[in-house]
Amino acid sequence: MQSTVMTSPHLRRKSPLVLRIAKAFFGDLLGACLTLLSVGILLALVPAFKWAFIDAHWYVATPQGCFSGGACWAFIGSKLRLILFGLYPPEEQWRAALVVGVILIMVLLTAWPRLWGARLLALWAVGIALMLVLMAGGIAGLPPVPTSKWGGLPVTLLLATLSLGMAFPFAVILALARRGSLPIARAIAIFLIEIVRGLPLVGLLFVAAILLPLFLPADWTIDKLGRTLAALTIFAAAYLAEVVRGGLQGLPSGQIEAAQALGIPYWKTVWHIVLPQAIQKVIPPLTNTAIVMVKNTSLVLIVGVFDMLSAARSAATDPAWPAPSKEAYLFVAAIYLVICYGISLYSRHLEAGINARNRS
Amino acid sequence: MTTAIEVQGLNKYFGSYHALRNIDFHVESGERVVICGPSGSGKSTLIRCLNQLERHDAGEIRVSGILLGDNVRNLDAIRREAGMVFQHFNLFPHLTVLENCALPQILSRKTPRPEAENCARQYLDRVRILDQAEKFPGQLSGGQQQRVAIARALCMEPRIMLFDEPTSALDPEMIHEVLDTMVELAEGGMTMLVVTHEMGFARQVADRVVYMEAGEIVEIAPPDRFFDAPADERSQRFLSKLVRN
Ligand SMILES: Nc1ncnc2c1ncn2[C@@H]1O[C@H](COP(=O)(O)OP(=O)(O)OP(=O)(O)O)[C@@H](O)[C@H]1O
Ligand SMILES: [Mg+2]
Repeated sequence: MQSTVMTSPHLRRKSPLVLRIAKAFFGDLLGACLTLLSVGILLALVPAFKWAFIDAHWYVATPQGCFSGGACWAFIGSKLRLILFGLYPPEEQWRAALVVGVILIMVLLTAWPRLWGARLLALWAVGIALMLVLMAGGIAGLPPVPTSKWGGLPVTLLLATLSLGMAFPFAVILALARRGSLPIARAIAIFLIEIVRGLPLVGLLFVAAILLPLFLPADWTIDKLGRTLAALTIFAAAYLAEVVRGGLQGLPSGQIEAAQALGIPYWKTVWHIVLPQAIQKVIPPLTNTAIVMVKNTSLVLIVGVFDMLSAARSAATDPAWPAPSKEAYLFVAAIYLVICYGISLYSRHLEAGINARNRS
Repeated sequence: MTTAIEVQGLNKYFGSYHALRNIDFHVESGERVVICGPSGSGKSTLIRCLNQLERHDAGEIRVSGILLGDNVRNLDAIRREAGMVFQHFNLFPHLTVLENCALPQILSRKTPRPEAENCARQYLDRVRILDQAEKFPGQLSGGQQQRVAIARALCMEPRIMLFDEPTSALDPEMIHEVLDTMVELAEGGMTMLVVTHEMGFARQVADRVVYMEAGEIVEIAPPDRFFDAPADERSQRFLSKLVRN
């Protein structure tokens, strides 16, 4: 009976939709199992959905309003300042907010390939100086804010962009040295990369934030945030170096020979010919490293740096509210997700552009 | 006539492999010389020694009278004197055709950008590919890419052009467009040293043909004599194979 239905073109045309749906979801044993599994998962998500949206409290007059179950999004609203800016003095908070804005603008500008070049680097130097002045104050009539009071989103974004940005030149030099013909430089590069990759980031952070001050003379007070940034930079450099090396490896030797034959000096060849091509080849692993490093910044809470995750955690300890840590963590997770998904989308956009130019 | 390239007692080893043996030869300014010989005979190695893409182990190389040695300044000067065209074009795939021709001038001669782009347009026009200036190399045919590579080398205003099998990576129907460009270049008086097996081209433009085998120069003769009545028995064997193919 079924076989006549399947084979008769007349009947197939007559009831296509029902059949096609049935076939798509229960076409074979594996398909049927996956369908049932998906339905099961969706059903299991119903309570979560109910908690997050239907029973949720979006606005409450006092924390007591949240005690009746359901998500307490009102908590996020009331603690937004603390989660986003940590202990930064409230009356100076506009400065921290401005820093977030400056970072976002700089990142967006950097995402535009047409602007890539020496001028963009100069812009970053100016931007970083501006952000540090804004955050730290002490000049131009801005009251000073010590780095121990910095916190939240600006710290997360600063650590992520600065560690990746500063790691990149080191990574390039390490990768070139590792691929180069100087035996000593190569040995040093391999040694550094393997040592750093062999250490867990948490260990590196501990060394930088806690052990290092014990060994340094007392008057060598490098700021803890600075030391944390240095540890993240070193860590990112080792991973980026290997990614860049992968890109260098795929570069045909004819490219460098052509540049040599045209009399282009070595470092200009690296900057204009070698790196752009090497990086284009490794956009997926580069994206991966960038995303991992953004999330790795959250580990700094272990050494007491007040990033966004630490800020959310301390906000959630307020006894006035009914155990709101789920909401706080979900909120922070959503911000991380937006950042990381943004990086991912951007890398896909870049790759599409590169593929288009390599075909007619 | 002055001497454009002068090579004396050139020897080159790859490890223990003796790739070039006692090479003596010269190219006069304005002269066109074709090098041919079987695969592995050292033609590429010889031409690459002239702009030091390969370092030589013994012997003297002078390009436009400049002695090639350890002096880096001389090396840059020689690379500016001698443009090179490769078998596989070696265009920069991440740059447009125009940028391929303009950027090297900016980077190695510090030419201001507008001037460099003007020059690029002028030479792209000369190899008849100006209409493709905004495309990327990957979007062009092999013959078009090789003509861009020729324009790129010419933009450096070299006095000598080195070609290493410029047509052997091309489909047959594209070979003539590149050869035509090279013939025009020769008619313009450019000094050219060309590794090629295109006998028609050699007969048409070459003043002399250099035949190499196993790292040695076997015979140097004007094309008519070389192709019609080669003196050495090794050249005869090579030519009879070339004709049979
Ligand atoms: N970088 C290198 N390392 C080791 N041996 C090499 C290297 N380059 C060339 N050779 C060897 O030197 C010899 C000459 O090579 P060369 O490329 O000059 O030959 P060719 O005449 O250009 O040949 P073809 O017609 O195939 O291009 C070959 O035997 C080759 O294997
Ligand atoms: Mg060769």
